[in-house]
Order: sequence, then structure tokens, then C-alpha cells
Amino acid sequence: MSPTQWDFPVELCCRPMAFVTLTGLDVVYNAVHRAVWDAFCANRRADRVPISFKVLPGDHEYPKCRPKVMACLNHFHGLLLPVLVKGEDVTASERAAALCNACELSGKSLFVLPHTDHLVGYIIRLENAFYEHAQTYYYTEIRRVKSHKEFLNKTTHQLLFVRHQFKIAFFSELKQDTQNALKNYRTAYNLVHELRAHETNILEIKTMAGFINYKICRLCFQHNTPLDAIAQFRKHIDLCKKKIGSAELSFEHAAWMSKQFQAFGDLFDEAIKLGLTAIQTQNPGFYYQQAAYYAQERKQLAKTLCNHEASVMYPNPDPLETQTGVLDFYGQRSWRQGILSFDLSDPEKEKVGILAIQLKERSVVHSEIIITLLSNAVAQFKKYKCPRMKSHLMVQMGEEYFYAKDYTKALKLLDYVMCDYRSEGWWTLLTSILTTALKCSYLMAQLKDYITYSLELLGRASTLKDDQKSRIEKNLINVLMNESPDPEPDCDVLAVKTAQKLWSDRISLAGSNVFTIGVQDFVPFVQCKAKFHAPSFHVDVPVRFDIYLKADCPHPIRFSKLCVSFNNQEYNQFCVIEEATKASEVLENLTQGKMCLVPGKTRKFLFKFVAKTEDVGKKIEITSVDLVLGHETGRCVVLNWQGGGGDAASSQEALQASRSFQRRPKLPDNELHWDSIVIQASTMIISRVPNISVRLRHDPPALTNEMYCLVVTVESHEKTQIRDVKLTAGLKPGQDANLTQKTHVSLHGTELCDESYPALLTDIPVGDLNPGEQLEKMLYVRCGTVGSRMFLVYVSYLINTTIEDKEIVCKCHKDETVTIETVFPFDVAVKFVSTKFEHLERVYADIPFLLMTDLLSASPWALTIVSSELQLAPSMTAVDQLESQVDKVVLQTGESASECFCLRCPSAGNVEGGVATGHYIISWKRTSAMGNVPVISTVITLPHVIVENIPLHVNADLPSFGRVRESLPVKYHLQNKTNLVQDVEISVEPSDAFMFSGLKQIRLRILPGTEQEMLYNFYPLMAGYQQLPSLHVNLLRFPHFTNQLLRRFIPTSIFVKPQGRLVDDTSIAAA
Amino acid sequence: MAVCVAVIAKENYPLYIRSSPTENELKFHYMVHTSLDVVDEKISAMGKALVDQRELYLGLLYPTEDHKVYGYVTNSKVKFVMVVDSSNTALRDNEIRS
Repeated sequence: MSPTQWDFPVELCCRPMAFVTLTGLDVVYNAVHRAVWDAFCANRRADRVPISFKVLPGDHEYPKCRPKVMACLNHFHGLLLPVLVKGEDVTASERAAALCNACELSGKSLFVLPHTDHLVGYIIRLENAFYEHAQTYYYTEIRRVKSHKEFLNKTTHQLLFVRHQFKIAFFSELKQDTQNALKNYRTAYNLVHELRAHETNILEIKTMAGFINYKICRLCFQHNTPLDAIAQFRKHIDLCKKKIGSAELSFEHAAWMSKQFQAFGDLFDEAIKLGLTAIQTQNPGFYYQQAAYYAQERKQLAKTLCNHEASVMYPNPDPLETQTGVLDFYGQRSWRQGILSFDLSDPEKEKVGILAIQLKERSVVHSEIIITLLSNAVAQFKKYKCPRMKSHLMVQMGEEYFYAKDYTKALKLLDYVMCDYRSEGWWTLLTSILTTALKCSYLMAQLKDYITYSLELLGRASTLKDDQKSRIEKNLINVLMNESPDPEPDCDVLAVKTAQKLWSDRISLAGSNVFTIGVQDFVPFVQCKAKFHAPSFHVDVPVRFDIYLKADCPHPIRFSKLCVSFNNQEYNQFCVIEEATKASEVLENLTQGKMCLVPGKTRKFLFKFVAKTEDVGKKIEITSVDLVLGHETGRCVVLNWQGGGGDAASSQEALQASRSFQRRPKLPDNELHWDSIVIQASTMIISRVPNISVRLRHDPPALTNEMYCLVVTVESHEKTQIRDVKLTAGLKPGQDANLTQKTHVSLHGTELCDESYPALLTDIPVGDLNPGEQLEKMLYVRCGTVGSRMFLVYVSYLINTTIEDKEIVCKCHKDETVTIETVFPFDVAVKFVSTKFEHLERVYADIPFLLMTDLLSASPWALTIVSSELQLAPSMTAVDQLESQVDKVVLQTGESASECFCLRCPSAGNVEGGVATGHYIISWKRTSAMGNVPVISTVITLPHVIVENIPLHVNADLPSFGRVRESLPVKYHLQNKTNLVQDVEISVEPSDAFMFSGLKQIRLRILPGTEQEMLYNFYPLMAGYQQLPSLHVNLLRFPHFTNQLLRRFIPTSIFVKPQGRLVDDTSIAAA
Repeated sequence: MAVCVAVIAKENYPLYIRSSPTENELKFHYMVHTSLDVVDEKISAMGKALVDQRELYLGLLYPTEDHKVYGYVTNSKVKFVMVVDSSNTALRDNEIRS
């Protein structure tokens, strides 16, 4: 029996195809023959008929059908179809006829194959003919078997029923009639289970059932009905699961079961490769996994059933040997082939046979089989998103490698999956894996692995019992003391012997005995947390922090060194506790005997150091904490925590703790609850607290463009002299960028600063200050726009100070910010009025008008107007002298100063948007400002004005008042402002208050550019403010020229004084 | 009745796990752990559905030769996993739910 006894015969596993033999072809030496052969076989595309070809020499001896078993797997038929390979086109029908005669074949069976360019086409035709012939042949074969079956009798020929049914199915398959094949296989399968099973034939029945089941499943997958395949397989397993057969050979059943699952897995996998889609819960992996499970069971059974003494000899003659070297029928016992009886004719022979099988089984490498199946399953589960299943199988693989004594591979696999279980917190499973891993590392004497696994098995994640932990801890201590550990339990005796040798070699071996183990990836038995006392420290006080340690192992453990590393390595030297050192000032609460961790108790170690002044403003971080177990003289382990402690389980524990509502038990005052300690692995070094005062004095708000004065007073309250006092002042950075453009700072208030001045003055040295001394500095700020601004005044200085007997130079600083509002000093209003002080929306060309400016002080402080100036645009002319009327005027808040200028605008055509007027410049300063403070000039752009031409201008000459019954001469001047001769109708409407003489109605002409005078004599009748007789002018050419417009130029009323009595100085004075 | 019951936290670590034949505890731990593959997959497939329409009972997670594993997930993603002996035909799939 070969080790592959459980494998299916190859004939069963392939897809049956019609078989055609070509004979008389010399494919080696004859190129034409070779071409023909290649056309048959090479590059067969899927659309060609399914035929399996073979070349046999002409003198081949056709064997008699090999009578192998119930199924005629090796089918062969004597029907030949001779073919002529014709080189040329010479066709000799006679020769053909002769040939047919000679071969006793009909002419139809003769094919002529011309060797031309279209060889492949001819070959395909020929091939189809072969195929057709084969179909007919298989059909007749099926008929033949069926007719045989007719004669069978259920009671006597039960076995033959299965055999015939199988034959029909197989021929159908050859005929490519898979539907019928499946149907017949199913019938055959049912027939197998109808057979009477007995211990003697159960293996044969199972073997056959397995074969047929395989065929059915295979065809189901081929028909793309995977659910049928799965259902058939389940039925098959359920039917056969309990058919164990002989108890002494029960491992055979397990092997058979394993093979069933494996074969189905293979079929499933193959179907997937051809396009079937599998799902997470139904994929080949499950079948491989189950196959592996039965393989494991087989191993277990074999172990108990085949544990014969070494003295038991393999029987001679070999009962498993047959005459032909092979079995006649699959699944039968070699020592009783062909015996149908259930009785054991020769019990002795039976015993020897079983013994032989058992002894054979001993040589089977079970682990190899199991591992292969497991790795198949792993590959599948990986594909179908089952990471945990994959891990589980890998654990099994690792364990199997362990049994197979391949510890390196075992460790590799176990190590790989460990972190998955750790990260998900399945401690029971992790402990189990670690236990195996520890065994492996012990047996290989892998020091570092051994220590690592021990550390974790002693830790809080381990679910081991205390006695186990004690044992491991004792071993660990031994290892650290450079001794051999005790062997792990349940290990192979021989392997332990080898391991003990390895361990003792290790002891004598010199070399690196320091192992640094990073704990962030596992859960060691010592926990560590680092905590700075504060999130920040001033540079002039020592930085303090605590390291908390807690051991979870069953017995107290000593450590030899504890050291802390920082991002600035210069501090590392200050934070070391070593056994050798005496209780120094670094370790305030530690004496030599205390370098021991008691299980369950939290230990606190206080460290302190002085930060460097360069580190002001920087973060000091604990990069790692190292705890050294053992001694450098023996072996030592450095446990390395990254950052401020914590390991693979910490974050999960923190989460659990935060969700838990459990109250922590009350502990004695000097003890801390471990969970309540929060890691604080970094702290900031900040500068020393300044002891100076910075005061600002100023008069807000600032006025636009003025040199605003800010007085800074710095007073030292330090006990010693402060040096190198520097002032940084100006606009606080980080505000609107436009503010930076429009703010300028200077130390000199006597001159205006321009664009070139910065917004912030930095590091202005102001010298040293003795204790209690103060200094004052003036700053001038010019703000070009209104709005609020933040100003920063920052004073820095150096001071010598002492901490922990160490002199350091501290840089201190103090800053003040102030928000200053900037406002316009005054509002300027400008208006145009006529000479009658009437508001004008537009001015008339060449006609004088008034420009009035009104300056309203908006400043809370008194302003002095130093002077003002009107700069006229070229289009304007002044009617008289332009001189400032507000020089040296002081304006209090809310007061205003007005000026009035008489201007004239020559005709300028029709200018869109009006005519520029010019600028109004006001020079001013705060009244309170000193004489050397520069005067600020504020330029106001005057509004544009619309200039309109008028055809006629009328002005009147009349006295400023009249008197009752005294003549009042009035002269109207009418000026033609056009280039045309104008017809003018003039009328004067009488008024009740006046009599008058002069032309009441007249029509006249005025030549271009000339003037007409109209003289009237008004005679007032009543006293008081009286309406004058109104002048009406009608221009025939300009109908739009209205009297309303006229009213703008000439007075409409006049004050008439009453008639005086005798003129008397005193009476006038009295009036 | 069930041979093993387990309560699993949102982060997939076990909160409670108890099996009735105590001698083969490890096997059940592995079984529950591997069943989380299916639970995860079902939850992620469900993720898109509206919260109130979500079906909390996950049903049969996967059958092995000897056992059936059922799952239930709460809205806070705490999972309940139950392992039933598959020879126990008295329990039908739809009865597990109630």
C-alpha cells in the first residue's frame, strides 16, 4: 500500500474524453507526419471536439482490457479508422479500394487527407468524423451494459448493479452526455448505500461511495449547480460519518474522511478558478479545515492504535503484498481479495493483516499532511476576509509544527498571529499560544524569545494559574542569573535532552547577554507610567516627575537600574537609579534596599533636574523609560517603554476603565490606584516670572495722522540688577495686513514719520535697571487710517539667579498690550451757495458764487487750527483775495470754524461730472502739544461742481434799504451771455407796497456780449420788509429761461424804514 | 441548550465568555473569536441601512461539523454569540431568535 492509498485514481479525476489512437505516424522523423500530429494536438481551442489523441506504433500490441475493478476506467476499443496521408494529388481509387479490401473496411471508413496548405481544415473534418464514430461507439457500449443489467438480480448481483450503473454513467461521460452521466452516478450512489455493510466490506463500500460522490460533485460543479454539489457532499458525509468500521483501524476512517473533505475542497476551488463565486461562510477553506481536523484525528488515533513495542516485527510474508502488485478491486483487503463472505475465514490472517496496516500507518508523516491542509485552508480564508479564522488556523499550523519538532517554523507562525490576539484582547487564547511559544523557545534555547514570552506569561494579560506563573518566574530569574531554566512541561523527552545541552552551552558562551525588549508590542509583567508634576515648569525651578512601576508577577522581583531618556539627551544623566549608587539627592525617597518590586504594589520614584535656559519655550519629552532586570555580569533584560510608559494592553484598559462604573476600592493614603495615574510624558519649560512693571500713559483716542504719544514706564521690582533691558513696541503682529501699511512707529516726536518707518520697533536697548529704579520711554505712533489697533509693548531683560546651587542667567519678559482707537480730528463740510447765500446745486458760468467750508471738531481734545489754505483748481478763479479766516483758532470738542470764499468759474463747456474745485488744506495740532511737535496738514479734496451756462444774467443795483415816501432808485443790468442777438420782453408787476416809475412793459433787443440797463424809481408806501415789484423777463429764444432762475440773481424784497421825524442823534441812538 | 455563550465588546475583546463543557474551553474561545469575522462582515454590510431598520439579530453565523454559531449585535455594537450543539435538533434556527 502506498502512502497515497487515499488518493483517488487519476482516471477518476480527469474529464473523460473520447480516445482516438493514431497509428502508423512517425512523428519523430517524418516532417509531414509531424505536421499532421501537430494539427491534431497542438493548440487545441475550446471549440474543438473533446478527443484525447495518442500515437501508437503500427505494431502496437493492444492489451486486453485491464480488469481493474467495478469500473472499466481504462476503456479501449478496437475500432480503427485508417487514414491515408497523401503527399500529392494523385488519386488512385483502385488503390483505395484495394486498401479497403485488405483492411476489411467499408469505403466510407476511408478518409483521404491531402497534404496541402489547408491541413488544419482537413484535420478538423477528420476529427469530427472520429468524434462521431466515438459517439456511436460509446452509445452502443451503453446499450450493451444496459442489456447486461437486464439479466441482473437484486439479491445475488447486488454488487454488479453498482458496477453496471457506474459503467453506464462513465460511458455517458465519455459521450459528453453529462446530464445522463450525473443521473446514473446518482443512481449508482444510492445503490452503494443499499449494499449490506459489514466490517469486512465497509472500506470497499466507503471507497466506492467516495468515488461516486466525487464524480457527482464534480459534475454538479461542471453544471454550475454548486448548491447541489454541496448538498450531495453533506448527504455523503452524514451517511458515512458513522461508518467507522474496524475499531483497530479507525484511523483509516479518519484518513478517508479527511480525503473526502480535501477532494471536495479541491473541486470547489477548481470551480472558483473557472468563475464560480464563493462567499465568506461557504468557501473551500471550510472543507480544507475539516480535512485538517480529520487528519489530526487520524494522527491521534494512529498514536493510540499503533503504539506497538519496538520488538513487534512487521509480518513476513507481507500480507499486504499481492501477486500483481496491485489490488484487483479498490477498497478490498489484499489478504482476502474477491471474498464476498462476511465471515472471517482465517482470523489469524486477519490479525496479521491489521498489524501490518497499523505498522504501516506509523511511517505516515501526519504533521506534513495536516500542515498542507491547514495552509490550503489559510490561503482560502485569507481570500474570503476571515482574518480571525486565518489566525486560528495558523495557530494550529504552528502547534502542528511544534509536534513535528520544527520549532523555528512553529515560532514564526505563532509569533505572527500573537499580535492579532493581543490587539483584540483575547487573553485566554494569547496565553495558550504563548505557552506553546515558550516551549518552542525553551527547546531551541532561544534566550530573547524565552525571556519575552516569560515576561508576557507573567503579566496581567496571562490567564495562567499562579503556580504556573511561579514556575515561569523562577525560570526567568534563573535565566537572568545565567543558569538554565527547568524544562517546560509536556515536551518531548528527547527534545528536552537536546535543549538542556543547548542551554548549558549558552551559559559558557560569551557574547552579548544584554537584551533590550521594546514593550509597546506586548504586555509585560511590569507596568510603567511616567508623570511630570506639572504641564509646565518655570526655568528657575527644578523639573520634577514620577515614575510609577507595578509588577504583576507572583513573587517580588529586583531590578538593577531604572533610567529615563529625554528628547534632550543631556538630561538623561540626571535621571538614573542604579543599584550601586547611594541614596543621592536625585533619589529623595529611595534607599538601596528598595530596588525591588512587590507584586500588586505601585512604586513611585521621584526624579528632578534643572532645565537648561536654552530649553525655554521648548517641550521636554520622556522618549523612553528603561528598566533593567538582572545584571550586566550575568544576563540582563532591558525593558524599554516608549514615551511615558504603557504597553499593548494599556489603551484598551484605559477604555475599559473609562466605561466602568465600578468604584475603586479605597486605598491607604500613601498608596495610589494604578488606573488613576495618568501618563504625562511631556512638559513645557517656560521663562521665569518677570518681576517688573510696565505702565503705559497716553491720551486716547489717537487722531488720524498725528504723532500720537505713548509713554512707557518700566520699573524693576527685582532684588538684583537687571541687565540688557530691551523694549519691543509697536503694532501687535498678526492683525490686518493693511494696518501694518498705515501704522508707523518712531521714537522721535519732533518730526513726522513717513512710509519708511516700521509698524513695530524691535529690541530697543534701554540699558540696565537697578532694583526699584524706573525708566521712561516715549513712543510716537502715526496712524494713517481710523479704527482700533492693538499695540504691544514687550520688555525683556536678563537676570542672574540660583537654583539648586546652580547659577543660571534667566531671560524674563513682560508684555503689555493696549488697544488704541484712531478717529478723524474734525469733520469738514463744504457747500456752494449763491451770493444771496442760497444753496446751489450747480453754479453758473462766469457768475460769482460762494464756497463755504465748515470745520467741526470731533476730537475730545482741543485743537488749534494753525492755518488753512484753499488751493484752487485751474478751472476756478477767485473773485477776491483768498486768505485764511481761521488762523490760530482753537476749537473745543463740538465747536466749528467756517470760512467763505467768493469764486467764479468761467464757462467750461459741458463737463461730465462737473468741474474740479481744488483742495482745502488744514494745518493743525493738539492745543496741548508742545511747540516742537510738528503741525499736521490735512488735505480735503473739494467736491466737483456742475457748471451751467445761462443766456441772460440780470443783476440789480439798489440801496440796502428804503424809507417810506422816499424815492428808491433801482437799476437792473441785463447781460446777454450768448453769441446771439436776444429779443427780451420785460415787464414789471406792481406791488402794493410801492409805487414806481419806469418802463412797465417793454420789448427790446440785446446784442451779444452787451448789457442793457433798466432804470426804475420805486417809491415805498409802507414800512417793513416789503416785496419789491417783481421783474419778469421773457426770452423769446430761450423759453426755458424762467423767472425762478431770475429770482436767484435779483432781490425780491427790501427793508423799508418808516418815515423819520426830524433827524435827531439821540433818537437814532435810542432806536 | 447552548454549549457556549459570549458577550463581546465593541472593540471585539471578550467581556464575558462561558462554555458548559469546561474541559474544552479553548476550542469554544477560538470558535467565538473566529465567528467575529462573519459578525464584522455582517455589520459592515448593514452599516448603510438606517439605524431603525437595522436587524440586530444576525442569525446563523456559520455552521461547523458539530456546532452552530448564532450572533446578535446591539446598537452600541456589543455582540452576543451563542454556540449550539448541532446534534441538538430540538433547536431550530428560527427558535434561536426568540
